Amino acid sequence: MLKGRHFIGPRDFTLEELDGLFSLAGSMEREPERWLDAARGRILATLFFEPSTRTRLSFEAAMLRLGGGVIGFAEPGSSSASKGESLADTIRTVSAYADVIAMRNPKEGAALLASRFSTVPVINAGDGGHHHPTQTLTDLLAIRSLKGRTEGLTVGFCGDLRFGRTVHSLAQGLARYPDNHFILVSPDELKVPDFITKEVFEKEGIEYLETSDLEGVLPRLDILYMTRVQKERFFNEEDYLRLKDSFILDAARMRLAKADLAVLHPLPRVNEIAVEVDADPRAAYFAQVRYGMFARMALIASLLGVS
Amino acid sequence: MLNIGRIRNGLVIDHIKAGQGIHIFNWLRLDKAGVPVAFIVNAPSKGMGKKDMLKIDETIAIDYAVLGLIDPDITVNVIENEILTEKIHMKLPDRVENVLVCRNPRCVTQMEKAAPQVFLLTDREQGVYRCEYCDEARGEVDL
Repeated sequence: MLKGRHFIGPRDFTLEELDGLFSLAGSMEREPERWLDAARGRILATLFFEPSTRTRLSFEAAMLRLGGGVIGFAEPGSSSASKGESLADTIRTVSAYADVIAMRNPKEGAALLASRFSTVPVINAGDGGHHHPTQTLTDLLAIRSLKGRTEGLTVGFCGDLRFGRTVHSLAQGLARYPDNHFILVSPDELKVPDFITKEVFEKEGIEYLETSDLEGVLPRLDILYMTRVQKERFFNEEDYLRLKDSFILDAARMRLAKADLAVLHPLPRVNEIAVEVDADPRAAYFAQVRYGMFARMALIASLLGVS
Repeated sequence: MLNIGRIRNGLVIDHIKAGQGIHIFNWLRLDKAGVPVAFIVNAPSKGMGKKDMLKIDETIAIDYAVLGLIDPDITVNVIENEILTEKIHMKLPDRVENVLVCRNPRCVTQMEKAAPQVFLLTDREQGVYRCEYCDEARGEVDL
């Protein structure tokens, strides 16, 4: 039962619970009209202390498609945090108004902290460079739908693997299924942190390779998960400018890849995937966005316990 | 060796790495404990070469979890009627609250000072603790 639970990290739910969630998302995708009134009278609060149009709209669309209402703010300037209110107090207040909270906050661990002060389920919509578990739900649902499985895959992550929280969460999510291998493509400065490599991959005996040679590893991949080098994670602009275009996926490189590769990207994309790749049938990043909305619908409905 | 009188009822915190004793003395606030305490530094030790020791002339309550975190090789001897009745060996605690301080500038605990600093033992062999909030590893105790 997911009713009343929080969703903070990519490992909060068991594989069986995830399976149930993905089946529910699948039925929502097939018959969306059956869910139009499921959450009538319920309120989702979207608290975005850091701007994110895509994730916020995905949550809001999900709640509206379930028949519920939405309150919230899209940037910290319009919240009481700008007056110096603590996160704990903001959450105590909002949980008096809403039935479920989706929060994005630039501080790592903010969602866990919020869950300790909330009387309603808290969904982590991103806590700094740490986790972004609903993106993981999105990604796992996309992979399951596109490849027909979430196991036995060679998964490449490319770009900013240090600050890319979607990468951390998805790597942890996929590491729970058998026989997945990971190839981590990044410049040295943006390598995956050791709380993933040492404490997930090595501890669980999962094969992984760290490299900066995208072309060399492309032919081996079943999934290529591209990420943007995020300007907002850098303290100085010089480092950002030096690293931002480290890896660019273009049509020439796509010719090196398997015919059934699926290219995913959490979006927004900047330069790392050339626009010419969009027409390639292996480019799945816009389909992925749609899976995201159904994944969030299934999550909200499950945490609220509506059907 | 320097002669410090026997204690009748109390605790001997032994096998403290030389130089660490002062930190443990301060952490346990033994200056405020209101009981006689002998603090011995650089005592000769067969196994360790040199060690620090604390003799506390009363059986006071001690947070063994924290002591284990500061130095897992410490032993605590419990003395009753001048007889050693128990030898307590330290082990790394699974969870510590407000002992380790998260140094990650991006961690929520840097902003939300009301939040307790919680660290969880994630690798007993290596003695790795990670911040419950942000997963940042932190190897040492901030005394």
